[in-house]
Amino acid sequence: MSAGSWRRFVAVLVKEFVQMRRDRLTFAMMVGIPILQLILFGYAINADPKALPTAVLSADNSLFARSFVRALENSGYFRVARRIATEYEAERALAEGEVQFVLTIPENFARKLVRGERPVLLMEADATDPAATSNALAALAALNQTALARDLSGSLAYLQNGPPPYEVRVHRRYNPEGITQYNIVPGLIGTILTMTMVIMTALAMTRERERGTMENLLATPVRPIEVMAGKIVPYIIVGYIQMAVILVAAKLLFQVPIVGSLVLLSVALIVFIAANLAVGFTFSTLARNQLQAMQMAFFFFLPSILLSGFMFPFRGMPQWAQWLGEVLQLTHFLRILRGILLKGNGAAEIAPELWPIVLFLLAAATIALIRYRETLD
Amino acid sequence: MSANAAVIDVKGLTKSFDGRRVVDGVSIRVARGRICGFLGPNGSGKTTTIRMLCGLLRPDSGAGTCLGFDIVREAGEIKRRAGYMTQRFSLYEDLSIRENLDFIARVYAVPDRRRAVETALERLGLQPRADRLAGQLSGGWKQRMALAACLLHDPQLLLLDEPTAGVDPKARREFWDEIHDLAASGITVLVSTHYMDEAERCHELAYIAYGKLLVTGTAEEVVSRSRLVTWTVSGDGLFDLAQELRKQAGVAMVVPFGNVLHVSGVDAQALERTIAAYRGRPGLEWRRSEPGLEDAFIHFMGDVREGQR
Repeated sequence: MSAGSWRRFVAVLVKEFVQMRRDRLTFAMMVGIPILQLILFGYAINADPKALPTAVLSADNSLFARSFVRALENSGYFRVARRIATEYEAERALAEGEVQFVLTIPENFARKLVRGERPVLLMEADATDPAATSNALAALAALNQTALARDLSGSLAYLQNGPPPYEVRVHRRYNPEGITQYNIVPGLIGTILTMTMVIMTALAMTRERERGTMENLLATPVRPIEVMAGKIVPYIIVGYIQMAVILVAAKLLFQVPIVGSLVLLSVALIVFIAANLAVGFTFSTLARNQLQAMQMAFFFFLPSILLSGFMFPFRGMPQWAQWLGEVLQLTHFLRILRGILLKGNGAAEIAPELWPIVLFLLAAATIALIRYRETLD
Repeated sequence: MSANAAVIDVKGLTKSFDGRRVVDGVSIRVARGRICGFLGPNGSGKTTTIRMLCGLLRPDSGAGTCLGFDIVREAGEIKRRAGYMTQRFSLYEDLSIRENLDFIARVYAVPDRRRAVETALERLGLQPRADRLAGQLSGGWKQRMALAACLLHDPQLLLLDEPTAGVDPKARREFWDEIHDLAASGITVLVSTHYMDEAERCHELAYIAYGKLLVTGTAEEVVSRSRLVTWTVSGDGLFDLAQELRKQAGVAMVVPFGNVLHVSGVDAQALERTIAAYRGRPGLEWRRSEPGLEDAFIHFMGDVREGQR
């Protein structure tokens, strides 16, 4: 390298550093994103979820029944969240995703057990996400041998020999074969929409500012809400096209079952898309240029993917990460998506997940409208 | 609004950015149908003042009206009735001329939009290029298109921020002919510029420097108010002569114009005494002349700078 070339190289190098220092946000992102990744991957993600909420529908309050439930809890994988009385409640709790498992203990469980009739315990699992349940179900299988060991003493000791004196029947609901794609492909709709919608709107508004067209726009009588709506609606249509493409692919390529109502999904989708666009719009009022807008969108996208239950089981995360995840609109939309497509949920079942998205939308839109200024101050 | 009421009438406009006073107590009055030239060096506060007039910026203090509407409380009304042409091209480069005009017409809810757009295209001779993308146009055409966009909603007031910067002389002349036509039809125009020939085409002038309004009036009034006396000298060795003269008593400024020097001062007698010493020099020809607008402005600017020191 000649001396002249070296000097020119240094000239560019120094200029780059000066510019880097000037763009504080970019610099903060360069430091912030690795830290965020470190925290999320290091602390929040856990592929072996434990203490999964379980509902118990028990028609038998015998010692044996209680011992079995205690053994379940002692395994660490199950946590009895509630006791329920009817099958309808059990169905509802599973559909809404309130519990991961429902254990049904039949009438006369103890009597049949003592008689050696091998009564059946039914364990229903919400298997939409196979990763969330597989370890727990493996633990359940192992526990059969030992659950009642202490209770089968004295005259019942003979029952300890041979197979357990009862049978545990596992029903993997919604996804009996445990196919991962059933869970991932619907999730992709939410993830892809979040990515494109947030980025597109974040850029749309920042572009106006970067190219100087903002000044002209502000000088016209157009109102903030009109600008926001006008910029958002085209992307809502794009969002619907994206969903349609993914759904067709899901059906044709992956044979994902579509059990529920697509009309209902479309209604939920509009709320979700609007929420994403409001986030993007907020970013665009904060970012000074398109690069910054992209970085903000990425900064938002990262926790959305990791904490929403898209890639890793939601219940595997520590409490603080679950709280964070509950704030994100994607978390709730994924539950709606999987609920409608795989479980055939109706309006009543998705309602508890829909209002958090509405809340999120209102918050984001409020910030966006406050930040959008009609003047150049 | 009566015919001779002021269309722009603002008093004491002040605006600071980060503690720096960019506009300091500016008061302007422009009557209907007049063209007011807004002059001043770069960074003197012209753009900021114009933005306050059309509601894009809120003044820190001061108040007033444009078209009879309060510039702070009724900015929306002003926006509907005024056309603002930004200094930097601010229409969409990825839209064609027609698409841009169509968008603006929609935003202003112009009645009979299509006709209005076609009329604007025709009026400014844009029709042959109507379907070209704005980004592909040269500076002169962009400027015409921006003017067309400003005129779509029949504004009663035009605020033009350096509309002819970077435009060739012929296009500038056509632009100014258009401005005079508009003024004749009753539209009031406030136009900022750096060009002295354009300043001379305005009905009245307002000169701002360092955020302060220094002088207002017609071109003649501005010149006479400067109280400058100017001599023109031609001949050999003008460069050295200029250096010499600048140090002499009574000489406020020495400005080369092509092959002559303009030597100006406020004190006519002192200036004449100084010049008398050079009169006898062979090869120099001295002539008493009129100071130009530019001389006057540079003189005013110098005064403020002295005052700030």
